[in-house]
Amino acid sequence: MNLVIVDYKAGNVQSVQFALERLGVQATLSADAETIKAADKVIFPGVGQAASAMAQLKARNLDKILPTLEQPFFGVCLGMQLLCQHSEEGDTDLLGIIPLPVKHFETDLKVPHMGWNQLENLQSPLFDGLQEQEYAYYVHSYYVPLSEYTIAQTSYPEPFSAALNYKNFYAAQFHPEKSGAAGSQILKNFLAL
Amino acid sequence: MLTKRIIPCLDIKDGRCVKGVQFENIRDAGDPVELAKWYAQKGADELVFLDITATNEGRKTFAELVRDIARHIDIPFTVGGGIGAVADVEVLLQNGADKVSINSSAIKNPQLVEELARHFGSQCVTVAIDTKYTEATGWKVYTRAGTIETEYSTIDWARKVVDLGAGEILLTSMNNDGTKAGFALDITKAVSEAVSVPVIASGGAGTMQHFADAFQVANADAALAASLFHFRELEIPDLKQYLKTQGVYVRI
Repeated sequence: MNLVIVDYKAGNVQSVQFALERLGVQATLSADAETIKAADKVIFPGVGQAASAMAQLKARNLDKILPTLEQPFFGVCLGMQLLCQHSEEGDTDLLGIIPLPVKHFETDLKVPHMGWNQLENLQSPLFDGLQEQEYAYYVHSYYVPLSEYTIAQTSYPEPFSAALNYKNFYAAQFHPEKSGAAGSQILKNFLAL
Repeated sequence: MLTKRIIPCLDIKDGRCVKGVQFENIRDAGDPVELAKWYAQKGADELVFLDITATNEGRKTFAELVRDIARHIDIPFTVGGGIGAVADVEVLLQNGADKVSINSSAIKNPQLVEELARHFGSQCVTVAIDTKYTEATGWKVYTRAGTIETEYSTIDWARKVVDLGAGEILLTSMNNDGTKAGFALDITKAVSEAVSVPVIASGGAGTMQHFADAFQVANADAALAASLFHFRELEIPDLKQYLKTQGVYVRI
């Protein structure tokens, strides 16, 4: 399988690559449009700030390429948020692939939402083999509200989208590459889509 | 429900894990990668690696070690020690670290916290605070491995670094560190209430009850210990079972 991790200098690409390696899969790191288009599957990690990540994508023309992709695509953490329409983080226009907003947590709880929290209402082959209330690792201050594209949810304290699916685009707010055995299973499930 | 985190801390010198008791009398406690894998398997929620090597050569070794750790474990980890610039952080994150922890360099140059948050996001910037209480000064911040008293009160400094963009506070009480008499509950609670970001309690863990107190009395979001875990005086699965019976949310 030709698996490409989008490397646009705003992601924890190394961690994702290592997680795939532990599953026995070699992935190519690339920001090249042709390489990404030719991939069987694409993983789109992201950490950091939405506006600077968008600037990195635009600098590589990836803001035009990514929305046109038709193969199974997996956005992780900020990579999930970037697929949406608009983020309150830096009042940033995103890739606009999934028509959803990204909002800041307004809660008395600690922000960032950091640590292990539970996945609920699992509704996708992405979660095959997982139990309800499985734990996943989160680190984020912005979230995507529940929507018709939500395929798993987590509460902090209100429920939000833990994962999304829209056409060929899958996305997780948590870090499957850092979520132990459950996270590995999710990556394996994505590879099997 | 978000769970409370249990974090073993590994001090690294020349590629090996060591632990200072009250910051002195360093002992060798094993191979970092093996320990990291073992902890991940036992249910540690996260790991912290502090590089106490002072040389440039040692730094390179540490960056390689970070890569080796990232290759082998599937839980998040924070690295710290000797970070003075954005470029230092870039190397560590590129090698697979999830967060970095800065301490003395933030005291020396508070703007570094802001720069790191802007470059990499607050979520990967942990500010470590070494604090010590005396009758005369109250809880003050110390720098350079706890050897020099700064002008900052602990609460003021915690608020300041969070305003600058810190995404987490790692609070170590020097009075308690190595004593096994329990975490410093009062200052941990005060810092936790003063800032909006998660706080890791550190220094003084000796019993399972101490962890429950850190979470339930001091409102810590995570608790860190080193030798207690390294020398298997306390096993993480037992600790988590205990915490669960005490009504603390933990990942089991």
